[in-house]
Amino acid sequence: MSTTTRQIVLDPDAARNRRARERGPVTRRSARRRGLLLPLAFLAPAGLGYLVFYLWPTVRGIWLSFTSFNLLTPAEFVGLDNYRRLVQDPLFWDSLGITVWYVVLNIGLQTVLALIIALMMHQLTRSTFLRGVVLSPFMVSNVVAALVWLWILDTQFGVANQVLEWLGVGSIGFLTDEFWSIPTIAAINVWRHMGYTALLIFAGLQTLPDTVYEAARIDGAGETRIFFSITMPLLRPILALVLIMTIIGSFQVFDTVAVTTSGGPANSTNVLQLYIYDMAFGRFQFGYAAAMSVALLIVLGIITFIQFKLTRANKTDLD
Amino acid sequence: MNASHRRSRRLRGALAGLAAAALGLTGCASEGGEGVSSSSKTIDYWLWDTNQLPAYQRCADLFEESHPGLSVNITQYGWDDYWQLLTAGFIAERGPDVFTNHVSQYPQYVSLETVQPLDELEATAAVDEGEFQEGLSELWTGEGGRMYGMPKDWDTVAAFYNKDMVREAGLTEEDLATWDWNPRDGGGFEDVIARLTVDENGVRGDEPGFDKSKVEVYGLGLNEAGGSSFGQAQWSGFAAATGWRATDEPFWDTSYNFDDPRAQEALDWYFGLVDKGYMPAYGQFNQADGVAPQIASGSAAIAFDGSWSLRSYARSDLDLGTARYPTGPDGQAASMMNGLADSISRDADDPEAAAQWVAFMASPECQQAVARDGVVFPSRQDSTPLAAEAFAQMGLDPEPFTAPVEEDEVFYFPVTDHGADVRALAIPALEDIYANRAPASTLDRTNRAIDVLFETGEG
Repeated sequence: MSTTTRQIVLDPDAARNRRARERGPVTRRSARRRGLLLPLAFLAPAGLGYLVFYLWPTVRGIWLSFTSFNLLTPAEFVGLDNYRRLVQDPLFWDSLGITVWYVVLNIGLQTVLALIIALMMHQLTRSTFLRGVVLSPFMVSNVVAALVWLWILDTQFGVANQVLEWLGVGSIGFLTDEFWSIPTIAAINVWRHMGYTALLIFAGLQTLPDTVYEAARIDGAGETRIFFSITMPLLRPILALVLIMTIIGSFQVFDTVAVTTSGGPANSTNVLQLYIYDMAFGRFQFGYAAAMSVALLIVLGIITFIQFKLTRANKTDLD
Repeated sequence: MNASHRRSRRLRGALAGLAAAALGLTGCASEGGEGVSSSSKTIDYWLWDTNQLPAYQRCADLFEESHPGLSVNITQYGWDDYWQLLTAGFIAERGPDVFTNHVSQYPQYVSLETVQPLDELEATAAVDEGEFQEGLSELWTGEGGRMYGMPKDWDTVAAFYNKDMVREAGLTEEDLATWDWNPRDGGGFEDVIARLTVDENGVRGDEPGFDKSKVEVYGLGLNEAGGSSFGQAQWSGFAAATGWRATDEPFWDTSYNFDDPRAQEALDWYFGLVDKGYMPAYGQFNQADGVAPQIASGSAAIAFDGSWSLRSYARSDLDLGTARYPTGPDGQAASMMNGLADSISRDADDPEAAAQWVAFMASPECQQAVARDGVVFPSRQDSTPLAAEAFAQMGLDPEPFTAPVEEDEVFYFPVTDHGADVRALAIPALEDIYANRAPASTLDRTNRAIDVLFETGEG
């Protein structure tokens, strides 16, 4: 097998001619078909995985969104009922609003911090150890990180609140106060993800050619001017990619909320994924939960499309 | 057991629960089902309360002695994981044969047809319902008059109090045994908890100069987001004392009464205790632990809790007393009553064998073993005195828990369809009253949403 493969790769015509000689004359079409077989064979495992784990669940999820389904009895087709309910469901719109507020805080803070860390890594250090330290929160599982922060921020026993009390500020209900809980959850996830995001931006920074920087310095540009006129524009495709990835991830926030607030108090942290989860697994309304998932899919699709257009993510300024 | 008691942790365990679901299913597939030897059938039985596990293991041993060829395999999962694993078990048809059930869950299981009517199985049909404490059979009887759970225990709610704190406040235990309450000024009950509240400077809640922002000891403890949909172990006794009931019919009603001004007045008074500094604010204590730690740590002088917690309080080193809810405007000191039962899964390998185990758990033999363990009040009337004696030996007076039952001053945990949906609507609304101090009249909106739920199935 390996020999044949190598022959094909090295000299496809020779292999084809030899096989043609062995089997007699063949039509052009069957030869082309045989030429297709090999790439298809290589694609098959990934293709199968895609079909089974992505395409089929997506299609089935979309189908279920048009049904009433409780997981234990057969799904019943209800047409657009779930979508009609979705439009009228104030809790859905509330949770979408809460999710957007979370994404704005989470992505805003995270991107700025990650950019600063990446620039510092790029300019100030070549230490692999330090780069590792920056990445370390990302090694902690989301649930563990959330649990640890839950205890750090506990109103009674938490270190954070004890420090605040010593400072005379007084205890803050970081995860129990309606005002603080979403910013706190956003901050916990910034803590966990900013190192990873910084590393992506850092990788982008390393691809920028030194020549432009040299030219800028020769022209007498200062560091600030270089950053805004050279680094940022050249980094745009990388930043766009990072933003698309992190925003999609941010919209899917679930575990941190589930561990720290369970959506409370009074639904103030009831993010969309949590609402969908509770609707399905808590209330057995899988059809409506599927409709909300489809809505989330559409929202994410639109956001990604707009981002892609606005940031021209598929074009580089280096050409 | 209180449905909401661990509600706040339900989603916290979400990921862990889902992960455990896969493990649990593979585990029960290998343990249960066909059994170890071909000659003996294994009945797979699930429960969530670790306190009850030893007593039911003894029952299982007794059952196996008297039922050759049958064995019982008991599995315990924490409340958080229990319902998820059970759901996963129903879906995969790999769940337990018999499981402990809760009234807040079983209507859903009935409508999903995952539990079997017990009247259709020989052994369970033969059990005399008259032996049970009054009201328990009705709790577990479905709309069609069929029984879906064999009552195994019952519970009521009463106050636990720190005797030393009561003495230091210049009060007597008699003051707590005879207290009264009304929704306008809280009556004698509010006087007691104001007196028991102490700020960091040692000033009591009813004294001039009391600083409600720096409270050292709260007169009344409170936890778990202010209670479940019905404030079972929190405000239910107060609201009921105004004559209010969550539903007009105790069982299978199709509307709720959260818009009743009597309940709203009681709730405004109850959560208003937070504003006065007599009760901790939302989030002040970790929700996961229940209210018992507030008593154990000396942070609260009084806490209402269910009889299922008697054993937990008995473990405390403190000298604790128990008292009934205060006598309300209706002249009663009523408590919510609820009870657990054993249900048989639709997927039980041998329903008749499962029914024999369920019937055995309701027998005097097993119920008395459970009673002597002092963990719950068993469902059989003849076992109640045994359990009461066991609790008394632990140093806690069980009378405030048994008296409402004996005097017929109980009301039941509402049993209706759409239980999970009602919870999803009511709990955030109640949290809004507790955490954000919204007026209880906001429950009008919640009640309308519940009405829509029953009309359309959407909520």
